[in-house]
Amino acid sequence: MEDPKPGCLCRSPGISAYCDGKENTPMKLVYLDNAATTPCCPQALAAVNKALDGPCGNPSSHYSVGYEAKQLVDTGRAQVAKALNADPGEIFFTGCGSEADNWAVKGTAFKLAAQGKKHLITSAFEHHAILHSMAMLERIGFEVSYIKPDSEGYIHPEDVEAAIRPDTALISIMMANNEIGTIQPIKELAAVAHAHKIWFHTDAVQAVGAIPVDVKELGVDMLSLSGHKFNAPKGIGALYIRKGISPWNFLDGGGQESRRRAGTENVAGIAAIGAALEAATQNLPARMEHEQKLRDYVIDRVLKNIPQARLNGGRDKRLPGNANISFPGLEGETILLDLDMHGICASTGSACNSDSLDPSHVLLSIGLPEEIGHGSMRFTFGPQNTMQEAEYLCDTLEEIIPRRRAMSCMWLQSEGKARVFSLKGEKQ
Amino acid sequence: MAGMYSEKVMEHFAHPHNVGEMPDANAVGEVGNPKCGDIMRMYLKIENNMVVDAKFMTFGCGAAIATSSMATDLIKGKSIEECLKLTNKAVVEALDGLPPIKVHCSVLAEEAVKAALADYYRRQGIDPEPFVGKIETSCESCSAH
Repeated sequence: MEDPKPGCLCRSPGISAYCDGKENTPMKLVYLDNAATTPCCPQALAAVNKALDGPCGNPSSHYSVGYEAKQLVDTGRAQVAKALNADPGEIFFTGCGSEADNWAVKGTAFKLAAQGKKHLITSAFEHHAILHSMAMLERIGFEVSYIKPDSEGYIHPEDVEAAIRPDTALISIMMANNEIGTIQPIKELAAVAHAHKIWFHTDAVQAVGAIPVDVKELGVDMLSLSGHKFNAPKGIGALYIRKGISPWNFLDGGGQESRRRAGTENVAGIAAIGAALEAATQNLPARMEHEQKLRDYVIDRVLKNIPQARLNGGRDKRLPGNANISFPGLEGETILLDLDMHGICASTGSACNSDSLDPSHVLLSIGLPEEIGHGSMRFTFGPQNTMQEAEYLCDTLEEIIPRRRAMSCMWLQSEGKARVFSLKGEKQ
Repeated sequence: MAGMYSEKVMEHFAHPHNVGEMPDANAVGEVGNPKCGDIMRMYLKIENNMVVDAKFMTFGCGAAIATSSMATDLIKGKSIEECLKLTNKAVVEALDGLPPIKVHCSVLAEEAVKAALADYYRRQGIDPEPFVGKIETSCESCSAH
């Protein structure tokens, strides 16, 4: 083992093979995990600073600094409402996207149970905020239908319609999948729900700020969003609830949020989410074009240069910044660690960091075999990423994938280069 | 990610020892399951009751590669009897520890060594079970640890 080069700032000391060889050059961080979270934008940071600099009154208080805080909350609400084409009175701030999902699902179930409605419909590849809320409802007697996506990662409205029962209370289908980025036909799905007089909710956490989202055009009754996915800070989300729809409260207490969600408002977070969404919406076409250019470059080059690499999820109706690619013969954590040593942040669909041994439920739901699911990587681009970074990612993958595959018995076996073994010895 | 592993694990992950196939191996064992995301294949060359060479090929996470690398290091130059005493705990300790959810990788490494030794006995026409014991199917042993 060679010593690390002097002044090497690799975060894994001793891994000199991965240094760029330039002394005293800090390894640049290439952040390609924008679906996990995003850095704060200047507009959001300025809004946070403004909100936290000074007396920081309570928006419910009736004196000057209280009014100032209320003003910030009102502005944030108006900005979010405008971006979604909603009325400010239809926007309710929450602590996160998961809270918004829990509220929509459980609040609807509890409200409509009184009318004998105890059935809900969702998809098999929702975020866990939806899936685990549904599982909780199943434990207390509700019934849930999980609609499977097709192999490209799309939910078909006719499959949803076929699952509708007289006692269906809610249909909740995500707008864009968090792992494979496929965009669902929300307008058609909402129309199906309404034809049967059923409320329709969409988890749009991955969509808001990434693609146009217009609640009136979509015709949804409820929609969840999360600030940190579009360059606002963590800890602030919102639920859009159309006028005339009233799920039970999820958080009871004071009269905040028109008595629908208690708790003193996260004034700085609300100011920031408004500023960030306004900024994201203003630049949306240019931002989408930029992200799509990087995504397409990576997909095209990887599929061309790395044998057997496959894109997960359809390409046409897909978030502009999402590339989810499987590398058969490898386990995702291996790739993740190698990328990390190259300063690249990405995520994997492998089970390596979960308690379960199963790979991502999303990849299994579109029919990927477990061993291919384990070798899947998600790269998600944001406005701050550059073409140079996309090229660096491809250069790095083209170096590390063949090196790791040469150590993998799975890869050799799939290539037909290796002898075949049984579990306990060589087959004669 | 790297933060969850010791420096020793990262060293063995970045530059694994004893990687590759061994055409003249006289003992080969493979354990694991592609569904769980870990398969280890171990090749041994045994002469005069001694493991004179050991190599591995592994499909798996960083810990699976590091434990394969360490286990082959630990058995090289040892007698069969010494190799049979290799425990997953010894592999974990030699790597300065593993996160709890990764301990099953060290179990797999111990089993891969045992599976290779069982193969060796079988090739000599000897029933391996009295020496090696029963080799667990690895899915169950994963969830047990």
